[in-house]
Amino acid sequence: MDLLFQQTLNGIMVGSVYALVALGLTLEYGILHIPNFAHGVLYTLGAYLTFLAVAALGYNYWLAMACAMLVLAVMGIVIDRLVYQPLIAAPHLNSFIAAIGLIYIFKAGMLIIWGPDFKRFPPINEEVINFFGATVTIQRIIIVLVTAVLIVLLNLFIKKTMAGMSIEALAQDREGALLAGINVKRVETMVFAVGSAMAAVAAALISPIFLVYNTMGDAVILKAFVIIILGGMGSIPGAVIGGYIIGLIESLGGAYLSTDYNEIVAFAILIGVLAVKPTGLFGTRAH
Amino acid sequence: MLEVKNLSKHFGGLRAVDELSFKVEKGDILSIIGPNGSGKSTVFNLITGFHEPTEGRVLYLGEDITGLKPHVIARKGIARTFQHTTIYLQNTVQGNLIIAHRLRTNTGILGAIFRTSRHRQDEKQCLEKAEATADFIGLYSKRLLPASLLSQEEQKRLAIGIAIATEPQLLLLDEPMGGVTDKEMGPLMALIKKINEQGVTICLIEHKMGVVMSISNRVIVLNYGRKIAEGLPENVAKSKDVIEAYLGEDYHA
Amino acid sequence: MNTLLKLLSNRWTLGLIVIALVCLVPIVITSKYWMHVFILILIWSIAALSLNLIMGYTGQANLAHGGFFGIGAYATALLMLKLNLGFWPALLLAALITSVVGFLIGLPTLRTKGSYFAIGTLCFNVIVFIAAERWESLTGGARGVIGIPPPSPISLPFGIVVKFSTLSGMFYLSFFLLLVTLFIKYRIVHSLVGRSFMAVRESEDLTSSIGIDTMKTKIISFVTSVFIVSLSGSLYAVYIGFLDPEIASHHVTFEVLLFVVLGGIGTIAGPIIGTIIVTLLGEMLHFLEAFRLVAYGLVLVLVIIFMPQGLMGGIRSLQQKIAARDM
Repeated sequence: MDLLFQQTLNGIMVGSVYALVALGLTLEYGILHIPNFAHGVLYTLGAYLTFLAVAALGYNYWLAMACAMLVLAVMGIVIDRLVYQPLIAAPHLNSFIAAIGLIYIFKAGMLIIWGPDFKRFPPINEEVINFFGATVTIQRIIIVLVTAVLIVLLNLFIKKTMAGMSIEALAQDREGALLAGINVKRVETMVFAVGSAMAAVAAALISPIFLVYNTMGDAVILKAFVIIILGGMGSIPGAVIGGYIIGLIESLGGAYLSTDYNEIVAFAILIGVLAVKPTGLFGTRAH
Repeated sequence: MLEVKNLSKHFGGLRAVDELSFKVEKGDILSIIGPNGSGKSTVFNLITGFHEPTEGRVLYLGEDITGLKPHVIARKGIARTFQHTTIYLQNTVQGNLIIAHRLRTNTGILGAIFRTSRHRQDEKQCLEKAEATADFIGLYSKRLLPASLLSQEEQKRLAIGIAIATEPQLLLLDEPMGGVTDKEMGPLMALIKKINEQGVTICLIEHKMGVVMSISNRVIVLNYGRKIAEGLPENVAKSKDVIEAYLGEDYHA
Repeated sequence: MNTLLKLLSNRWTLGLIVIALVCLVPIVITSKYWMHVFILILIWSIAALSLNLIMGYTGQANLAHGGFFGIGAYATALLMLKLNLGFWPALLLAALITSVVGFLIGLPTLRTKGSYFAIGTLCFNVIVFIAAERWESLTGGARGVIGIPPPSPISLPFGIVVKFSTLSGMFYLSFFLLLVTLFIKYRIVHSLVGRSFMAVRESEDLTSSIGIDTMKTKIISFVTSVFIVSLSGSLYAVYIGFLDPEIASHHVTFEVLLFVVLGGIGTIAGPIIGTIIVTLLGEMLHFLEAFRLVAYGLVLVLVIIFMPQGLMGGIRSLQQKIAARDM
């Protein structure tokens, strides 16, 4: 029972990270209709930047997170402007290839700057509290709470503000949105800024618990893709629910089944789901 | 020849096509008209298997073809064109027509690799068909040009050529006159009539009433996915429902 | 002189001359190092050509090519080591196994368009990599497979014996399989089947409306492509004699992708040109280490934005421009 509870908490924690990464990805997909494979390297960059700010510059953890968000938001905009915008009229294939080019550039760049070694944060929020018989560190609770708050904020942003509504309008009906005079470029810029910043938050949240290393984004981005396919590409609730589901499956599967193949579970689910329902579990807008 | 029975298609809450029934008789040139968004293109998509109907059946030559895949329906002899002229822009005119006849050939990848006599025979058959079709649609002299260099009207011809190179018995044309100047309409209409005279039944969606009046022997009018009128062109044009649908009820008042 | 020029401008004579020159390479080049580089170029060219079939000609972004290369390589090695099969049966059997796996992965992922196929295949590549790393009883895990023997010698008439344990033997074997691949690809591209591939690439809707089964077309292209990449994987296994999971990873996919994109997507010779350039530059710039990878990335991004048809496409449009000026 204890194990179950502990693993469920763990699953929710990991699922939070997945949900944040998947949210950025699904927003970008909703607007651009191409999968941004380079999203994962931005996540890794977010972790390194937070690490840099905390360990080398001695910033406060939250300030470090904010800095990482800011830098990544700018980075997202730059990538969109320099790489994705010029390819908007080209076949999808070209955007995939450009994204892979970006992965090379960022991963090798980070390798040059930070090397292949694992980086460990100085202790952050490691105090343990007792939670219905399970012991959890404060950082883990922070992850879950911050994610929940961000999801609520993002929803409010999209439902209640003009800028947010234009994102949804564009995602749901591109031609209609164009006719209504929505500035597509501006919306795209905004989405890339917000999406990349969320990847930074996800990375900043999880990296004090795990380690920071060059390939940390690889598995996460792929799982985020699995999640948004399951949840329906472009769907915000789908990304959140899918994130928690994959987090829980992995955490419980790792505890009760095999840890060796734990990593494969998500991908196997994906191929299974594609076989049965190509538009994803909750998806209606396949592309 | 073609019978549509109680066909409906709902997109979410929207009834794009609503309990539609009609028949196309052999030799017809049937026009489907109606205001924008009245579900005309959806009807074509339902007949040719691009959408699955929510309800209803499509019978072709007495056979139920509802829900079959588009390529299966094409092989049974129903060809179509698309509203936004769709051709293989990167290929030559001849290349467009060769691939359009591929469905009437059989050889597979091994035949291609070993270049069997069967495969060479198939290639010859496709090439001959392509040249004959290029001639038929009046693009013989331009058959070696890339399709992207053709004019808008020539691209329309080519799209029709691609459809007839599949050797259909029923041809569905989605706005064949869209984006074409008045001067170019005459030859295009002549082409459609010529195809019909070769024994191909034609069903077309068209906005330009002049075209509809002069070319079709029967007209169906759709509004909000429902059939509101059917009959001879001159009778339909006088129908009160049709005038209301096009011009709004104020017109009468 | 004039006839000589005419002869040279004919594709086939030009092809024969190139083939003859390549055949001379092992005789002229004595450096073991350069022979090694050339053999790798031949092997990777086959992989690049096969990726081009599904990606360049059929327009489907297969991001699992490294995984299929790895499956072919591992299958060959294991068939030879565990079942004591000879190289040739192992080569064919491995290609069949890879094709079956490709078929099973293609069925769910190719039903969808564009993005799903790219993501699904990338995920599959990761599965292959993890399996190679964790399924120790079969693949030897992270330690890998060692001691893969070279193909046994074959005797030709007139007492000629071809040994593959030598660099030149391996060179000719790889070159032979590259020529077979080129031949197959040339035949496919210039056939009704190849026309269907390119039709699917341009418009799936139009292609299904003219009676072509687009799903079947994509599956055929995909399975043919992974069959051929398995051949290059087999060559790699018996040439290097050692495999580790990294050879089945998505990094391999990305590298082969770079060859194809730089040389020219959807051209016959492009992937070979790309492989030659990247491999040679890679060898020369080895000292740059990670900076080399940054350069790879920049090349991919810049080429795809400014020269989407790669070097071959660039040359072709240049030729067209010159021809247009002459007219």
